[in-house]
Amino acid sequence: MDGSAAQVVDVGARFDVRPRIRSALWLGLNRADAIWALAFLVPYIVTFVLFVIYPLLYGLWMGSKPSLYTDLFSDPIYQDTAINTLIYVLVGVNLRMVMALGLSGFFMRKSWWTKPLLILFILPWAVPALPTFLSIHWMLNGNWGLLNNLIWDVTGWNAPSWLDERSYALTSDIVAYIWKWLPFWTVIMLAGRMAIPRELYEAADVDGATGSRRFWHVTFPLMANLYLVCTLLGMLFTMGDFTTVYFVSGGGPANSTQVLATLGVRDAFVMSEPRLGVAAVMSAIPVLVPLVVLLMRRVRAAAVER
Amino acid sequence: MSATTLEGAAAPGGGRTSRKPNYRRRRLWGEVGAVAFAIVLVIWTVGPVYNMVMVALDRHDDVFSSHVFPPDPTLNSFWIVVSEGYWYLEYFWHQFANSFYVGIGTTFLTLFIGSLTSFVIGRMRINGGWVISNLALMTYMIPASFLAIPFYLVMQYYDMSNSLWACIAAYVVFATPYAIIVFQQYSVSIPIEIDESARIDGASPWQIYWRLYLPLMAPALVAVGTFALLLAWNDFLYQFLLLSSKRNMTVSVALAQFLNSDEAPWNYMMAAAIIYSIPPIVAYYAFRRRMTSGLTMGGVKG
Repeated sequence: MDGSAAQVVDVGARFDVRPRIRSALWLGLNRADAIWALAFLVPYIVTFVLFVIYPLLYGLWMGSKPSLYTDLFSDPIYQDTAINTLIYVLVGVNLRMVMALGLSGFFMRKSWWTKPLLILFILPWAVPALPTFLSIHWMLNGNWGLLNNLIWDVTGWNAPSWLDERSYALTSDIVAYIWKWLPFWTVIMLAGRMAIPRELYEAADVDGATGSRRFWHVTFPLMANLYLVCTLLGMLFTMGDFTTVYFVSGGGPANSTQVLATLGVRDAFVMSEPRLGVAAVMSAIPVLVPLVVLLMRRVRAAAVER
Repeated sequence: MSATTLEGAAAPGGGRTSRKPNYRRRRLWGEVGAVAFAIVLVIWTVGPVYNMVMVALDRHDDVFSSHVFPPDPTLNSFWIVVSEGYWYLEYFWHQFANSFYVGIGTTFLTLFIGSLTSFVIGRMRINGGWVISNLALMTYMIPASFLAIPFYLVMQYYDMSNSLWACIAAYVVFATPYAIIVFQQYSVSIPIEIDESARIDGASPWQIYWRLYLPLMAPALVAVGTFALLLAWNDFLYQFLLLSSKRNMTVSVALAQFLNSDEAPWNYMMAAAIIYSIPPIVAYYAFRRRMTSGLTMGGVKG
């Protein structure tokens, strides 16, 4: 984003081609054009203020009372939720990114079937989240779910009821989340791999680097920044994920698999304590802010390299 | 599955210079491993979707029984959904239209607001334009679900509760920053001289925007439009919080309603879910190339 900003500033040609003295200009434009420009900006500024800034400030104000946080932190459900969110974000995102990186290598294979396979593989991304998570929820049902029926038919093992125990239920949430978003990140990683010039691999071939050495010495160094940016961005997205947990485990059993997003909504709308709900999501700020700062730095570094 | 093994499997394709004697055998085993892996991948990918179809094809009594294939497949559930023959589904087509209304509203507003803003920043080149685009990007630093609670309360205050426009507003603010960035990057490829010569011919900024900028931006508009449509169509949380009456609900909220009953008719629910999934699947596969090129436009170069 910095790159494009720099382009905007340093390109000499201005909208108005007639030569003018800069100090006589508004926003770098002549008066008539400046009025047009402001009129063009009004729709976005109005929506931004009404639907981002105001709700944001309102939320900050709602969650500003310190006593809310003593209530919140003493709630055992909140303590579980904080741990769940951490596991969900760290395990979910990192596992998914490693899988996406590996799979993108797999899809670089030159077989006739990789292309059709990739098109099929995108399916989870194409289907809306809600229907698939409902389907996964039903699949994991202990009595009638497809998964346990399949396990029973193949191995004769009576598999547990996945959503009735905390560790299984949280794992189910993570697996469902990976299932849904793996194609998206694989496509991004694949695009990153395709951007690597072939000559580099040919040179590596000549030097006798194959297999893992080729990966660690050619592919990975070139993909490292993209990988890191995607991981950070993924953490940001995952922290705010509501739909997966709400539908796959429903936060159950007994509220033991809530994450911050679902707990916030539960506190605000089921328990009718909107301030507590806001406090719950705001307690993520100490993690959110460093994440955002790190992300901005990496993106800026990428822009400078370019 | 570690990245290294996959990389190893992928390597022989290009490695004709290998001097090892058992090269052919290794290549064969690599191929067999890749096919086996592909089969696992297909099962993993298709599983939940297959389950959706299977349950939708079940007869009502068969839903609560153990099976891997529907014992007696029937399209009855689809008929029930299409004819609104169950009380959770009494407004199904109306709700379907609501989903479209939110999707189309979001798409057009996002394209309009986003293109106007990017025109001012990228083509009129006002001073400090980067402040606007960076400010817009800050929206993505707040997870949408975290903003949902105050957003809901603010909508009450604006007298927009239970209104489809409240949903549209939410999606527009989350889609527009992306639109601005993609438009700006795309518009770099359109020579600024076109605008300048139109200026000399006496065109106003609005005429340049409407007659030149928008037509030339068509591919980017399609990519962002698809993105906005799918964002609005696929979201659940905001529709769930903001829409309360049955007539104003969208399909996603209506689907979740099924979970309120103990004996949920899962076959009807899954049939409705499949019908609801068709438009986005069609959109994805129709615009797949443009979507991914739009998504990776910024990321890959970095």
